[in-house]
Amino acid sequence: MADVEDILKRIEAHKGVIGTVVVNGGGIPIRTTLDNSTTVQYAGLFRQLTTMARSTVRDIDPQNDLTFLRIRTKKHEIMVALENDFLLIVIQKPCE
Amino acid sequence: MPVVVDQMAVHFVLEGRLIHRNSDEARRLRAMGDLPEEAVTVETGTEPDEEKTDTLATPVKDEGAVEEVGEEERPDSVALKTDKKQPKITNQINFSGRVTQTFNNPLREKSSQTVRPPCCDFSATTNQWLIYDAYMEETQKQEQNKEKQKATLPKWLMEHKDLTKVGKAVKMSERMVHQNTFDEIAQNFKYFEDASDELRDEEGTLLPLWKFQYDKAKTLSVTALCWSTKFEDLFAVGMGSYDSRKQEGGMVVLYSLKNSSFPEYIYPTKSGVLCLDIHKQHSNLVVVGLYDGCVAVYNLNIEGVEPMHKSIAKTGKHTDPVWQVRWQNNDMDNNTNFYSMSSDGRVVSWTLVKNELVYTDIIRLNGAVSEGPEDAQLPIFTYGRAFDFHKQIDSLFLVGTEGGKIHKCSKTYSSQFLETYNAHSMTVDTVKWNYFHPQVFISCSSDWNVKIWDHTINTPMFTFNLRAAVRDVSWSPYSSTVFAAVTADGKVHVFDLSINEYESICQQSVVDEKTKLTHLEFNPTYPIITVGDDRGYVTSFKLSPNLRTKPKVKKGQEVPKGPEFEEAKMEKLLSLLRQSPV
Repeated sequence: MADVEDILKRIEAHKGVIGTVVVNGGGIPIRTTLDNSTTVQYAGLFRQLTTMARSTVRDIDPQNDLTFLRIRTKKHEIMVALENDFLLIVIQKPCE
Repeated sequence: MPVVVDQMAVHFVLEGRLIHRNSDEARRLRAMGDLPEEAVTVETGTEPDEEKTDTLATPVKDEGAVEEVGEEERPDSVALKTDKKQPKITNQINFSGRVTQTFNNPLREKSSQTVRPPCCDFSATTNQWLIYDAYMEETQKQEQNKEKQKATLPKWLMEHKDLTKVGKAVKMSERMVHQNTFDEIAQNFKYFEDASDELRDEEGTLLPLWKFQYDKAKTLSVTALCWSTKFEDLFAVGMGSYDSRKQEGGMVVLYSLKNSSFPEYIYPTKSGVLCLDIHKQHSNLVVVGLYDGCVAVYNLNIEGVEPMHKSIAKTGKHTDPVWQVRWQNNDMDNNTNFYSMSSDGRVVSWTLVKNELVYTDIIRLNGAVSEGPEDAQLPIFTYGRAFDFHKQIDSLFLVGTEGGKIHKCSKTYSSQFLETYNAHSMTVDTVKWNYFHPQVFISCSSDWNVKIWDHTINTPMFTFNLRAAVRDVSWSPYSSTVFAAVTADGKVHVFDLSINEYESICQQSVVDEKTKLTHLEFNPTYPIITVGDDRGYVTSFKLSPNLRTKPKVKKGQEVPKGPEFEEAKMEKLLSLLRQSPV
């Protein structure tokens, strides 16, 4: 029910979230809270990674599709959600 | 060929060129141009040979000279030839070609190189799924052509700067972020079982899980809680105020356990919400009773904050706050309907017929006959405060009144109560039928008491004094002998009658003492309870194993389960009581 903008703002304000990037189908970031160079880097690299991951999933079963990708690193967790060729990247530092 | 021997010396050889007169060639020659004598055939054969020898120089003169030469040598033949004008025979074998050689132009090489047309490298991989996608696209296109749909806007137009495309992904991401932050709680909810319960003998504890709050509802208190049956993680919270002096609007807010920081659905209302209920089958319908007497039905599937239906003064709106609403099974025409009860004394049935709300009065509480003289003096206190419908018998229901009495009523008898119980000395806040045993119900009141009844007997089976005003009580959906109550001093009490008939097996203070707890609900599937308080917070707790014990079985026996067993369990307890008068 809530506006997409509102939810994005809530995510960005959530505890531990370092930044969010929304990337469109052409690989261009359309909304970000990180600085320019980091944004471009994330957009490019994750576009490649998700394409590969998606290819893997669909090779196994063409009727299946990739919806999320969560990468847990030493420093933080990167969550990538895929929808309609768009990418939503959220970087969160889980507070422990 | 003459035979050559050693002693022989050849002086002269002349190859003969005689053609037999009956041979093919002789016939052909005869047909073409009369050959009178054998000698002619020989000559015509030789002439082409002579011409062949003169190959240089093209001028005709030379040819003529050759011809003359030929003529001189063979006058006979030439004369014959010119007379008859014999056409020259060109056969495959004796063919004469005329070759000339022209001057060879000198060759020069000249090359030019153009600018290379712009190229780009193109590489692609095809996979099974790319091919599959292409085929899917084709079939879809064909289907569209068949249906002759209108062309949609080009994709690039819509995509540009349009965030609504990621709507679902954003929602999921929020939940994922939330899960990460509250990871511990999620793990506890799913897997934690308090091991120390084994040491604790009979008592259990409540493990606090998520805490739900909505900052726009900070000044409101929780007045109603209801779990959805279809979506086990969704629950509705009604917010309003019990204080009649402080009425400032209300809200209906639905939360999911997956996101405790922000509600899934928010519906602000003009007047405080006092009660709500989610339909058991159609989980998108929520009926709400308001302080100003209205009842409203919200449809969660529809966008927007307005209710789908709302009762107004013309259509039978109550004149006093609506204290309880409950969905009923669909009536005979398959229309959804619900009951509402208000302190104006009316119990009303509302039916949703063709998008309209139609009401029918069922009972008027002030006009009931079985009142004694004391009630006639104070009529206001007979008005209903809480009701509950029997789980199996659809027409039977209980009404708890503001005077402390509980009436057993039937939908079919509108003027008379089936039975009245003198339950409490103050307002009955809640009455609830037991989920398993068809004769048992529980009631609680601000007179500090919780009472359990058998509806066939006029006196309570069990009475518990909780030392503070009890605002809500609820049976557990998994056991017929377990129930929980919340009190105004911030405590949750959990009882299990099969373990301990006199005391609670868990008494836990969940909020500070100044906060009053107002409502409590068990989740139908998970072992958690939600508790609402008057500060607008809803806290969820996990029940420790001791609170959900199944009875011990001897080795080899199956664990008895199911409603019949639960009923039997309760019956056993009650029968003990019935034998010995309390």
